[in-house]
Amino acid sequence: MSQYLPPEETEFQYVSNDLSNIPQEVSGASRTYFQDVKRRFVHNKVAMVSFFLLILIVLIAFVGPFFVPTDPNTQNVLFANLPPKLGNLNIPGLNGMQTVGGKTINAYQAAHVPHGTYYLFGTDYLGRDLFARILYGTRLSIIVAIVATLLDLLIGVPYGIISGLASERVDTFLQRVIEIISSVPDLIVVILLLIVLKPGLTSIIIAIAFTGWITMARLIRAQVFKLKQNEYVLASETLGESKWKISIRHLLPNLSSTIIIQTMFSIPTAIFFEAFLSFIGIGIPAPSASLGTLMNDGQKAFHFLPYQMWIPAIILSLIMITTNLLGDGMRDAFDPQSD
Amino acid sequence: MTKYILKRLFYLVLTLLIIASITFFMMKGLPGTPYTNQNKMSPTQLAALNQKYGFNKPLFEQYLMYMNNLVHGDLGTSFQFNNEPVTQLIGDHIGPSMQLGLQAMILGSLLGIVFGSIAAIKKNTWIDSLTTIVSILGLSIPSFVLAVLLQYYLGYKLHWFPVALWHGFSSSILPTLALAAFPLASIARYMRTEMVDVLNSDYIELAKAKGDASWQVIVKHALRNSLIPIITVVGPMAVTIMTGSMVVESIFSIPGIGDQFVQSILTNDYPTIMGLTLFYSFLMVVVILIVDILYGIIDPRIRLGKGGKA
Repeated sequence: MSQYLPPEETEFQYVSNDLSNIPQEVSGASRTYFQDVKRRFVHNKVAMVSFFLLILIVLIAFVGPFFVPTDPNTQNVLFANLPPKLGNLNIPGLNGMQTVGGKTINAYQAAHVPHGTYYLFGTDYLGRDLFARILYGTRLSIIVAIVATLLDLLIGVPYGIISGLASERVDTFLQRVIEIISSVPDLIVVILLLIVLKPGLTSIIIAIAFTGWITMARLIRAQVFKLKQNEYVLASETLGESKWKISIRHLLPNLSSTIIIQTMFSIPTAIFFEAFLSFIGIGIPAPSASLGTLMNDGQKAFHFLPYQMWIPAIILSLIMITTNLLGDGMRDAFDPQSD
Repeated sequence: MTKYILKRLFYLVLTLLIIASITFFMMKGLPGTPYTNQNKMSPTQLAALNQKYGFNKPLFEQYLMYMNNLVHGDLGTSFQFNNEPVTQLIGDHIGPSMQLGLQAMILGSLLGIVFGSIAAIKKNTWIDSLTTIVSILGLSIPSFVLAVLLQYYLGYKLHWFPVALWHGFSSSILPTLALAAFPLASIARYMRTEMVDVLNSDYIELAKAKGDASWQVIVKHALRNSLIPIITVVGPMAVTIMTGSMVVESIFSIPGIGDQFVQSILTNDYPTIMGLTLFYSFLMVVVILIVDILYGIIDPRIRLGKGGKA
């Protein structure tokens, strides 16, 4: 065909008379909804970068402790408050130098640290290795956030579905309960629960989940109200399917996008709550470390040893930023009209 | 309308009473007492103190007493701070918190509305992307991290503003900035979404067709209509900002109610904890009620009290 005219000179192409050469199959297999979502998500550069960054942080936090033999809670007061140092490299900020009273000294020599021992992120006021503490702390913060978010799901989704499907009286009652809980600001609810429950990891997770499920339940209920109008729900009702089956078979798959998006946004909220509580001193009990407790410790000496707060603050902010961006990306992927 | 408001007020009082009851029984179920040095006290001393605070009475009687006092506007006596009544404690410390909350909300809302509108008008340009980045940062970086950083760089290093304490307006600048980041970011995002929607609507098209200058279209038609949903977000956010200010107040050593709340948690001062919980809840429900009423007044498409709003 191109022997008559080079194709770039016209948008049309000459087709020969021989019909057998014309490709008959114009379309490929039709894509499912989730394939569409995936395609849109993969094309979103910001979301993909956040996704891989978050995976990297999670991997380091969970695998890192196996490779770092240092115990995060071992104290060595002689080596307290050492600045960050990486081997014998002379990089500013990573060379173990410290300015004390206007003079720059080698803090490692001053503390008689044995040759070859160095702390990548320095040490805290009790001489604990901050690198190990930050690894374990990040891991703990992520665990708290993930478990709390899963609890949000487990409570919020059934609550929302029941409220949406049940009779008006039950719905009103369930909504009143939600209204009462949300009349108290979230932070106050979490703090009150923490005062009442025994201090510890479980209490923090329960306290955070206690406020978190409400948003989920509300969104699910609204969505169920919308879905209820659909013919397929009516059809299965007419065919005599139980409400239980309808919600599992027909509603749940259609709620999945709402659930996934909201779950994504619950994680940064949970991480923030944990950090906030630990920061004001009622979160993870000592000597365990979370990003919040590390910042709380670091803040006390922030004016003189800024690295002690900088590093956990940056990691916390990075996790918050990537999870938020990931949530945005997922929302755009699931619901392209939302923008 | 009046009927609707009365009904809402009834529910408001009911909600507060339920919250008061729940916090009461929660606090009573706690192990330990608020007394410091309890081990050093003799049984007689303890009994005298219990008598004074009514701890020796049956639980239900204590509850009735508490609720009775509550209805009369008495939130009990703080166990610390010189046995000050909790109401007086709140009254004495509300000033700085209110000021911080309001300043942060005003600054955050104004900037958020401006940034959000500009981002929507200049959709898909670098201005839009910049606003998105700023709002993601504002949503993601916790206020207490921002507070410490501001305190260090603008206060301690550059000496532009006081590092801590509460001496007039200049002390309020840094905490206000730290608190304003979240509402700014969040309102900018809502505003952008709303504005994009409104700019695509038929009446904007019509206004343009009529030949209105483009800034007139934006200010007169687009901005006004996009602002309506923002009102619903701003109210509850203001209360959240006030509760969030507790840690910012601690960082800057500001004698506000947030700082008092943290102190009362750390010292098991139950009456203050209960009182402040109730106070914050009161703010929340009142703000939500006001927002709902305002919403009905501003937007005639919404009819209150006809079962439309769940």
